Formats: sequence, C-alpha cells, structure tokens
Amino acid sequence: MATLTHQESVTAEYLQVSSNARKRFIIIIVAGVILLVIGLLLAAFHIGEAAHEGVAAHGATAGHEGTAHHGSPIWIKRLLVSLWHNNVFFTGVSVVGTVFMAIQYVAYAGWSVLIKRINEAMSAWVLPGGVLLVLIFGASLINNDIFHWTLPGIMTKGSPNYDHIIAGKAGFLSVPFYLIRTISYITIWVVFTNKLRALSLAEDLNGGTEYFHKSITASALFLVLFAVTSSMSAWDWVMSIDTHWFSTMFGWYVFASWWVSGIAATTLCVIILKQMGYLSFVQAGHLHDLGKFMFGFSIFWTYVWFSQFMLIWYANLPEESVYFNQRLGGFNGQYTWLFFFNLLINFAFPFLVLMTRDAKRQMIMLKIVSIAILIGHWFDFYLMIMPATMQANNGFIIEFGVALVFLGSFLLLLTKRLSQASLVPLHHPFLDESVHHTT
Amino acid sequence: MTSMSKRFALGIFDDEDVLLHAIENVREAGVKIYEVFTPFPIHGIDDALGIERSRLPIAAFFLGMTGLSFALWMQIYMLGFDWPMIIGGKPHIALPAFIPVAFELTVFFTCHGMVITFYTISSLYPRWKTPVLDVRSTDDKFVVAIEMNEKIDLNHLTQLLRANGASEVNEKEMTKF
Repeated sequence: MATLTHQESVTAEYLQVSSNARKRFIIIIVAGVILLVIGLLLAAFHIGEAAHEGVAAHGATAGHEGTAHHGSPIWIKRLLVSLWHNNVFFTGVSVVGTVFMAIQYVAYAGWSVLIKRINEAMSAWVLPGGVLLVLIFGASLINNDIFHWTLPGIMTKGSPNYDHIIAGKAGFLSVPFYLIRTISYITIWVVFTNKLRALSLAEDLNGGTEYFHKSITASALFLVLFAVTSSMSAWDWVMSIDTHWFSTMFGWYVFASWWVSGIAATTLCVIILKQMGYLSFVQAGHLHDLGKFMFGFSIFWTYVWFSQFMLIWYANLPEESVYFNQRLGGFNGQYTWLFFFNLLINFAFPFLVLMTRDAKRQMIMLKIVSIAILIGHWFDFYLMIMPATMQANNGFIIEFGVALVFLGSFLLLLTKRLSQASLVPLHHPFLDESVHHTT
Repeated sequence: MTSMSKRFALGIFDDEDVLLHAIENVREAGVKIYEVFTPFPIHGIDDALGIERSRLPIAAFFLGMTGLSFALWMQIYMLGFDWPMIIGGKPHIALPAFIPVAFELTVFFTCHGMVITFYTISSLYPRWKTPVLDVRSTDDKFVVAIEMNEKIDLNHLTQLLRANGASEVNEKEMTKF
C-alpha cells in the first residue's frame, strides 16, 4: 500500500567494486586456466581416453566419403572449438543486454528503468567478443578445425576434397564474405550499444526528454537490424559448422537461447547487487517481471526447439535427421544424456519452479533458476557445436576451463562498466514509474 | 422482498489517484467498502482494498492438467488402440506427434475453463436487466460502494468521503444485487 502513495527521493548510487571482488574474478580466470592446462595435458597425452577412433565413424554419417582425420591434433582442435563455443555464447548473452534495453525503450516501458544500467554493462563484452570471434575464426583457418567448408578445394571440381553439396553453397560460404558479414554484425551491435550508452550517460548529466526520444529512435533502428543480424549470425557462427545440414528454425533457435540466457544473466546481476545492498528501489515487482520473462522465454525456447525437432523427426529426411542422429544415440550415445539434460534444465526445471507467483518474487528461487538457465544454455550451445566439430572426441575439462576464463573476464568488464555510472539513471523520464512499480 | 434489497452509499470520484488515497483513508477510518467500480483497471487497487489474491491460478493449473490428460488419452486411445494406422512409418503411439495437439488442448481447456470459472464465481452471466449502481462508472467516474446498515451514519460517511475528495455522495437501493 505504502509504495503507491508516498514519495521517496531517489539518489544516485555508485557500485564500488572492491579489490576483493576483483580478486575473486581473477581467481575464476586462474582456476579456468589451471583447468584448461590440466585438460590440455590430459588430451595431449591421451590420458583417460578410450579408443574412440572406431566409434567416430559410427555416428558420423554426415561426413562425406572417407572422412579421414584432418586438422590439428585433438587437443588444439578442442581448445579452438571450445573458444568458439564460449565466445559465441558470451557474445550473444552480452548483446542481449542492448536488445533488452532497446525493446524496453521502443515499448515505452517504465518498470525496467532501474535495471537498465545492468543491461548497458552486460553489453560491454560485445566488442572484445567480436574481436575474439574474428581472431578465432582466423586461427581455425590454419587447419580448418571448426568449419568444414573452409577446407581448401572443397568447392573446386576435381579436387580430392570436392563436395558437391558444399560447393552449392559457395556463394554464401566464402571466407572473405564470411568475414565481411561477421564484422558487420559486430559493428552494428557495437555502434548501437555505444550509442545507447552515450545517450544514457548524457541524460544523467543534462536531464530532459531529448535523450529519451533519441534513444527510442536508435533502439527502433537497432531492433530492425538485430532481427536480421541475429538470424544471420546464427547461420554463420553456429549452423555453418554443420555445413551439410540446414534448418529454417535455426536463427530463432539460437536467438531464443541467447535471449533467455541474457535475461537470466540480468536477473542474476540484479539479485546479486540487491543482496550486496545496492538497488534498494528494486522491489518484488521488478523481480516478478524478470521472473515472468525467464519463465516465458524458457517456454519460447522449448517451443522453437520442438518446432525444429518435430518437423525433422516427422519428415525423417536423411539430410535433415542426421543432425539429431548424431545427438541422439550417435557416436555411441556420447551426446544422448546431454540431449535430454538440455530439455530438462532449460524447460522442465524453469517451467515447474517458476510456475507460481511467489517463486517469481523470491530472490532465492530466481537465483537458482537463472544459474540453471545459464548453465543449461551453455550446454545447449555445446550440443550445437561439438558433434559436428569434435565428433566423438569431445570432453569437458578444457571446455569448463575456457568457460571459466570467459566468465571471469566477462565479470571484470561488466563490473568495471557498472561502476562507471550511477546504478540509477537519475534523469530517465520514467524513473518515477519504475520506483513505484507494482505487479 | 425487503430482505433482498440492499442500500448503498456511493462515493463518486473523478480521479484515480484521489480514489486510491481515499480508499486507504476510508478503510483506515474503519469503514468496510463493498466494491469499487472503475472504467478501467487501476494498478494497486487490489492492495489498497485489501483484496486477497485470487485462487483462479490454482483452478487454471488443474484445468490445464485436465486438458493435457484428455489430449494424450484421446490420441493414444484413437491412434494406438481404437484405429491404429501406420503414418509415415512411425509407431502407433508417436509421442512427439501428439505434443502439438496436447499443447493446444491444454491451452483450450485452461482458457475456456478459467473464463467459465471466473464468470461463475463473479456471478456474471447474461441477463435482461443488469444491476448497475451508477452508469457513469462505465464512462469517466470512479464509484466506491459502501453497504449501509443501521450502525452507519450516512451524514458522517458523506463527510468522510467528501473530505477525501469525493465529488458527490449518493444513496441507492438495489434489489437482487
């Protein structure tokens, strides 16, 4: 009752990133590096590795005749693929910060003003993530470790590597065009992220509604461009790994995965900041809305996942169903548990836990679910990328190590940007609405 | 038939913010509000009126479960036992193919069931003469209805409502309400 009628003055509050917190992030990175080194050593010396070679041919029906082992030694390949996997995941999650904010602007939404700075900070990773994408792509070209279509001669008739299906895609899948596309996506994302951030900071200084209207224009333009670039980046960065295979749902599928992870990351940041004593104006109502977003978009992800799965399962065309053959029972059942784990943690768990209103308003429930969603969608991307690149030679130690390194760096950058401006956008025209938000 | 009729004091308000404050103050003064009629939904009015949360979601859950069970039973019985057919080389009971229908029927049962439940418990149904306390509550006025009895002094109540921003206070008797 009280929240409706009384007025409290909102003041700026600044995040103090203690050296302790920064130390903790560096510990995460160091732990990741240690795990990574252990994993690399284990892989390089074939410790604890059964004879997988025979198994690999069993499930890999997608590969063309005589899939001889080409490329780098397994441990280098695993490192590269894992870098790519984590980078695609983290870059996607970080750009969702800007997308979320843009949607709130275009919708004239007031409730989210108090959490806007977290979205801005999340997007700090887009630029380094994009640079890394280009670098890792370059590194993968040396031995064609990630993308099968980069193999020399695969599109020239008469070459021993010739593959007529891939040759048919030569117009789209060429290295220069690929690089141009990737750099354009990243540029678009970075430009609009910086634009919205700059407008928001200028608004803090000068006030007025001018910045708000400019932000809406920028957001609307960005959303149109993002609709195209998110889909295309999904084809380029993830779907072209399974070069023979294609799915018209894929752009949505990857977007849904990024989007729900991004919302989970936002929620987790809000809760952690609130538990540290910041964001005192964020109330159960705001958490409730974030919880509804997580709940709803977990179902949305499942919807897209199922739409893709069912059509392929029903039609049972060899060139399509090979994708699920590999993941469901392929490579001696290597990925089968992940296939079901993916559905369990990304659909059943959030769906059942966040169903009631009370669960969406409690920090502990939201915290558990958002962590589960982030882990779950990391594995979702793992399942998208590993079977086509690593076949049966996948593993987890190197991959977890790389994930921790990325997580630590992501958090360092996020907290740095978060501490650079007031956590409350003081002169946002809808701030008052957000402070008095009830659901 | 006098037992069927009820007397109401109606406080008419012009502004939703004034209304919300008034509701809080009137309730604090110990007056029990029968119902508030507004032209549009007002955020936070449930809290201000102290209305308990609806148990409709619980009904929704069970209605959804009914729909889901019905859909699965129907398809499994029809395609698995009653008239088994081979479709696309799939097993008779092919669960992935049943999921779209199961989903749709879950939604169908839930939403229709919720509408019927809601209308029933709110006793809203089509009738010849709809009892309305003040027709302006469907246009631009906010109406606070307080049920009168011997213990309530109308003059005192009028003063209280006026002091809290009511533009007028009327009295109305309704039968079948």
